[in-house]
Amino acid sequence: MANKITQLTLKNGMKVLLKEIHTAPIISSWVWYRVGSKDESTGKTGISHWTEHMQFKGTKKFPASMLDKAISREGGRWNASTSHDSTRYYETMPADKIDLALRLEADRMRNSIYKENEVASERTVIISEREGHENEPMFRLTEAVQNTAFRVHPYRHEIIGDMADLHTITRDDLYGHYRTYYVPNNAILAIAGDFETKEMLKRIKELFEPIPKGATPPRLTRPEPEQKGEIRLSVEGPGETTFIQVAYRFPDATHPDFFPLQVVDSLLTGASGLSYKTSRLYRALVDHEYAVNVSGWSESTIDPYLYRITITNHPKGNPEEAIKVLDGEIRKLQDELISRAEITRAVKQASAVFAYGSENITHQAFWMGYVEMFSSYDWFTTYLDKLAKVTPKDVQRVAQKYFQPKSRVIGIYIPNGAEA
Amino acid sequence: MVKRTSKLTQPSLPGPDDIYREVLSNGITVLARSNFNSPSISMGGYLPAGAIFESDAKLGLADFVSSSLMRGTQRRNFDEIYNELESVGASMGFDSGVHNISFGGRTLVEDLPLLLKLLSESLQTPTFPKDEVEKLRAQWLTGLAIRAQDTSDMASMAFDAMLFEGHPYSRPSDGYVETIQSITRDDMEKFHRLYFGPRGMVIAIVGAIEPKKAVEAVSRVLGGWQVPGQLKASVLPPHKPLKKTVKRHHALAGKSQSDLVIGMVGPSRKGPEYLSASLGNSVLGQFGMMGRIGEVVREKSGLAYYASSSLGAGIGPGTWEVSAGVNPKNLKKAIGLIEKELRRFIKSGVTKQELADSQANYIGRLPLSLESNSGVANAILNIERYGLGLDYYQRYVGMVREVTRADVLETARKYIDPDRLVIATAGP
Repeated sequence: MANKITQLTLKNGMKVLLKEIHTAPIISSWVWYRVGSKDESTGKTGISHWTEHMQFKGTKKFPASMLDKAISREGGRWNASTSHDSTRYYETMPADKIDLALRLEADRMRNSIYKENEVASERTVIISEREGHENEPMFRLTEAVQNTAFRVHPYRHEIIGDMADLHTITRDDLYGHYRTYYVPNNAILAIAGDFETKEMLKRIKELFEPIPKGATPPRLTRPEPEQKGEIRLSVEGPGETTFIQVAYRFPDATHPDFFPLQVVDSLLTGASGLSYKTSRLYRALVDHEYAVNVSGWSESTIDPYLYRITITNHPKGNPEEAIKVLDGEIRKLQDELISRAEITRAVKQASAVFAYGSENITHQAFWMGYVEMFSSYDWFTTYLDKLAKVTPKDVQRVAQKYFQPKSRVIGIYIPNGAEA
Repeated sequence: MVKRTSKLTQPSLPGPDDIYREVLSNGITVLARSNFNSPSISMGGYLPAGAIFESDAKLGLADFVSSSLMRGTQRRNFDEIYNELESVGASMGFDSGVHNISFGGRTLVEDLPLLLKLLSESLQTPTFPKDEVEKLRAQWLTGLAIRAQDTSDMASMAFDAMLFEGHPYSRPSDGYVETIQSITRDDMEKFHRLYFGPRGMVIAIVGAIEPKKAVEAVSRVLGGWQVPGQLKASVLPPHKPLKKTVKRHHALAGKSQSDLVIGMVGPSRKGPEYLSASLGNSVLGQFGMMGRIGEVVREKSGLAYYASSSLGAGIGPGTWEVSAGVNPKNLKKAIGLIEKELRRFIKSGVTKQELADSQANYIGRLPLSLESNSGVANAILNIERYGLGLDYYQRYVGMVREVTRADVLETARKYIDPDRLVIATAGP
């Protein structure tokens, strides 16, 4: 895959990344702000996500009633999302219609209105979104594990926020959040697709450069102290199915150990984006009928976060036995060197996933901005090389370092039977 | 404005010039289209061996069979099949619906022969190993226990059961606990023997390969498949029209949100009104932020995070449904708002502007839906499944533009009757 991109910073501090891809008449444009749930203090949890919702409520030039229609009319696809570390907005448009997306994003970087009545109706929409999540046993368990794993760091709360805060956050809180973080020097514009860089850059400068630079927004930093012993918790709720979640602590995405840990992840629960029926934990837990499913999840984050293994218990199984089997597999990784072939396999899997991703322009534009949130585009282009350089000894070392019971949280969802 | 200075040379819409279609001597239809932009391949297809063949007592059999195909073949066991696939970063899976068993996969082009070999073995020589079938059954039953707790799934099931009472479309293709427990290995082998075969099978290969080479690759592994006694499905029975509005609530304790599905029968995919229904539905519950339904239920009333309408159009009668997730105390209010919108919709139809907006959306989004290999594979499989013609996507823009406000209104009035609705809800 060709990875040539143009990178520069506008006079007002906004970073721009452009990648020409002439495979389909499509352009995908993403604006990323360096603010997410990690920047939220107690009492204001969920404010980044709610702000993201409010950004669809319109400006003077693009009132809410015409905003979504304007994009849809051109056949565009657009959406936004909030993560722990960032808030991002995208439009993927027929190539000759991208100007609309650029004008819209430049405008809503500083001119969104935040009307009181729209804050009120969005409050109930978001409460409804959270109630939908709470219907799911896995959400309840994941939230409890996260709350427990982080006592100090703001990664402790869910991105959607705590219900208490969703009831009390005000219009001025939201508007203040918007004005503080939505400044060009805190934003990145990443565009990929069927355009010519020179033309595109000219238009970007016309639209975005007049937006004045703001004060550099602070980022909330509250490092999590070291965990000093295994923590266990349980959540009870409706249903018949027991779920287990085991969370280990992983370093941030720029840490040298991140790549050997990706190999560990692929050995334990399979490569991301592929089936995982030959992964070690599937074989040990599902093939041997301790569980009916197992999956692993890690994230590329700015601060150290979690690697979560989620097990759907077998109806006849005992969760404690499943945890013992998991411990056995981890011990194997700590005690026995893996073969070089297993690393080669992980690299081949990752290269296939990269090739599938390159079919999709939205996906390519996403990655350009995403990696900027915690590193730089090189992180992406050198990913496969870094994975290939991992040695069996690296894998053993990180398995020993990061997979210690004393630094993990185990949560169990205990079903209290079928519906009443 | 950004000037359009495209360097594109390849035409982007699939058509008779670049979709290659060949029917093998045993009846398998192969469709292929090249895309050398990425070294990957997307493969998909179907064969007519769906749930329509299964009895009420063995509900879920077709689905269970399809999920068991990769659990062991005459040449390879479960672990060997997945080891071959996962080692090269390829993937493959089977699924089932009322009419068809469908399959799909993706791979780097160098491993296409492997993918097709595994597809062929799974289709022709599955062995349904006893221990694997039992493992799968336990997983399946857990899936059904999770489904039983899902407000959205339970509302949808209640909706289908009421709308298509007595018709094969009323049944959930993943079955019930009792029916899954009753399925034996013999049932599975028999189902496979009677209904699986090359006749009616379709496969599409899209990606970094010349179309003729793709056909050769398929022919090499599946061209020799012969099943002389392969049975055909009987004709779908007619469904009974509703005489009045019917309602059902599925109680689920301990839930913070209720799901609702309100709707009626919709056009089939092949039907002449499909496109006018689809454009009408776009105005009703899709366009922009979930259309008119999204506007009244979410934007104006703040009642729901999601509230939209959709058409489920396939071979037989389709569905036209509005769904939403709301706080249990707002359930009645949301239903009232949706009923009101349906009445308004059949009274005055769509405005000129609304129709023009949705038409522009359908035309503009076409390249986006055909961007990836899997998008193209789905598109050409739809052409084949519904007999749309290889030039369908090239005629598409004209067909979308031809739909008038009167067409939309006529179609809406034909299908939507606010006094004969199915209203299904699930929650506390």
